Amino acid sequence: MHIQEEISERHVLSLTVSNEAGILARIAGLFTARGYNIDSLTVADITPDHAISRITIVTSGPPKVIDQIIAQLERLVPVHKVTDLTDNGPFVERELALVKVAGVGEDRIEALRLADVFRAKVVDTTIESFIFEITGTTDKIDNFVGLMRQIGLVEVGRTGVVGLIRGKEPN
Amino acid sequence: MAEKSGADILVECLIDLGVEVVFGYPGGAVLPIYDALFNHPKIRHVLVRHEQGATHMAEGYARSTGKPGVVLVTSGPGATNAVTGITDALMDSIPMVVITGQVPTQLIGTDAFQEADTVGITRHCTKHNYLVKSPGKLASVVHEAFHIATTGRPGPVVIDIPKNVQIATAPYRKPESFEHASYRPQTEADPAAIASAVEMLAAAERPIFYTGGGVINSGPEASTLLREIAALTGAPVTSTLMGLGAFPASSGQWLGMLGMHGTYEANWAMNKADLIVCVGARFDDRVTGRLDAFAPHAKKIHIDIDRSSINKTVEVDLPIIADVGNALADMIALWKDRGHKAADLGEWWARIDGWRARNSLAYPESREEIMPQEAIAQLYKASRSASDVIITTEVGQHQMWAAQHFGFDAPNKWLTSGGLGTMGYGFPAAIGAQLGNPDSLVVCVAGDASIQMNIQEMGTASQYRLPVKIFILNNEYMGMVRQWQELTYESRYSNSYSDSLPDFVKLAEAYGWTGIRIEGPQELEAGIRQMIDTPGPVIVDCRVAKLSNCFPMIPSGAAHTDMLLDPSQVEGVMSDEAKALV
Ligand SMILES: Cc1ncc(C[n+]2csc(CCOP(=O)(O)OP(=O)(O)O)c2C)c(N)n1
Ligand SMILES: [Mg+2]
Repeated sequence: MHIQEEISERHVLSLTVSNEAGILARIAGLFTARGYNIDSLTVADITPDHAISRITIVTSGPPKVIDQIIAQLERLVPVHKVTDLTDNGPFVERELALVKVAGVGEDRIEALRLADVFRAKVVDTTIESFIFEITGTTDKIDNFVGLMRQIGLVEVGRTGVVGLIRGKEPN
Repeated sequence: MAEKSGADILVECLIDLGVEVVFGYPGGAVLPIYDALFNHPKIRHVLVRHEQGATHMAEGYARSTGKPGVVLVTSGPGATNAVTGITDALMDSIPMVVITGQVPTQLIGTDAFQEADTVGITRHCTKHNYLVKSPGKLASVVHEAFHIATTGRPGPVVIDIPKNVQIATAPYRKPESFEHASYRPQTEADPAAIASAVEMLAAAERPIFYTGGGVINSGPEASTLLREIAALTGAPVTSTLMGLGAFPASSGQWLGMLGMHGTYEANWAMNKADLIVCVGARFDDRVTGRLDAFAPHAKKIHIDIDRSSINKTVEVDLPIIADVGNALADMIALWKDRGHKAADLGEWWARIDGWRARNSLAYPESREEIMPQEAIAQLYKASRSASDVIITTEVGQHQMWAAQHFGFDAPNKWLTSGGLGTMGYGFPAAIGAQLGNPDSLVVCVAGDASIQMNIQEMGTASQYRLPVKIFILNNEYMGMVRQWQELTYESRYSNSYSDSLPDFVKLAEAYGWTGIRIEGPQELEAGIRQMIDTPGPVIVDCRVAKLSNCFPMIPSGAAHTDMLLDPSQVEGVMSDEAKALV
């Protein structure tokens, strides 16, 4: 007997939640307990009184599973609202990465040239290295990191995705 | 305002919330609460023998009275012992509030004596949980916890209270009614969905109501409404294990339970229906069997208070998210408003009668041995003399036989562990039910193996003079395990024989109970009569046929139409795919 896997879609979910102890464990734990994927998760409070946080989760699964994930998240007591950005018209998603690249001579020049193409900023430099700051979609960052790997990538730190629906309505 | 200690605030809250009984067990981290309860005039504390017992008692109390069950246990081992019952309550949607002691706040995280991460451990087996770090927050948390446990889809809520929070003081005022920031269960149905449902129902040629525990949870009114809509439409009704009693077994429209051990007529009617109205049930794998063969001809309406139950396993055509009582009331009103009359379902009923004629619950007769099904049938017959009967069960073949052969005509009279299937549930649940219903005849139908999982609670029943009856269908096997081994593993009975059973009659005597042994068919009726007529607690060791199996049965992963009706159809081997299913 072999176990079959289903085809999955990538979805960006945006949640507003009460900013209380354990909320992150509750959400992350729901994903592990029910066998859902988390590709990335970001969290920060978003109201002046720090009462509410926005959590952005990038997940993947078959459409039926995505529906279940949303329903299960909505069922958690401290969750106010869950929006599936992927399913709700155009939205903006961004991720920030810090990318450390080491090299001398031609490599150094090529790194700067690529950074320019990707609109990455130099935020630290030594004689033999740069740290670039880059924002963009996950794909764009993947591409940038992929190219830098060939030049002399040392390490990467990524924030994970945040996203909002386009237009004036709140999500 | 005069300040009160956290422990006193907790007790005040319990009184304000109408709590009459608390099931609990003391320990270091809850001593301040126990002191606040000392000789309390309003709150009755029932001292259990094991914290798991307390949780199932609370479940039995809740399920039979409709009120939330309340549990009080100490930190560490007290809390971990409660986890099985908490999980059971989550799976079966039982309103329960569990108060756990915790080490003082400054010791949390230091591996202090009897420290356990209770909120961490119970995070995914509760509807919600809290760690309360100051006495000033306690009152609002306790009131909120009861609100969450009892509304929407009910479930267990844990409140973890560090010992210093029980001792420190704060002002207490009964909280005004509050609006929760995010928790708002949807209880009212969308009128457009109701209208579609009514039209679908009026147009159906082969409709069936598939009902579940949600009807019981919604309250007795929902059961009345279910009867009314069934009468208006003339449609047949089947139910899950959890929903038994919501619709009267004595009605001609009743098809019996569906699913793995359901009746032939219920499962075939589901398979051939053109409309299934699912009312407060959740298309559990024990009900659907093989998913791609489940009800292939039917449009499906699903009424549920929990949106996550919709389309979880079975895609439905019309979801109605609401309290089932409200949804049924709306449907009935609109049905009448639009002047719908019951359609002529004569042809449908003729087919159903054909399936009924298979008499799928029939069992072989015996003069030598007591057939377990016969024991339940006799219990049912004899218990009709009592004005009110509540049946609880353990888990195994006896549970299924009780579901099949005992007829329930009212809700809240059938208490069983459905979702989690917890051996050890039934007896403490009977104690809880007896406390909530002092004048009812409460019988736990047990198996010889299951009963040993919480048998220590015999002491609790003795202490509180609770006249519960334990009716053991003693087959000297973990019968359900043996049955699966016959089906799947060519009858290799690996560890399913109940060796070294205690002498249950002597055990009864040891606890000051009455013990009765029933050894043959001739003793059955009198033995059961004696059990019912004995005023105090009774344990009955009813020796039944050792190798009987529970039929009908849809093996895991099979379709409703692939039902095994008797042992001759058992092959004894299965494919790996079927073996891998639970
Ligand atoms: C706590 C727990 N452990 C194991 C099981 C698996 N299990 C299901 S039924 C059963 C056997 C029950 O035997 P008994 O109580 O004698 O009932 P019978 O089937 O013989 O009527 C077992 C071990 C379970 N349901 N619960
Ligand atoms: Mg047994």
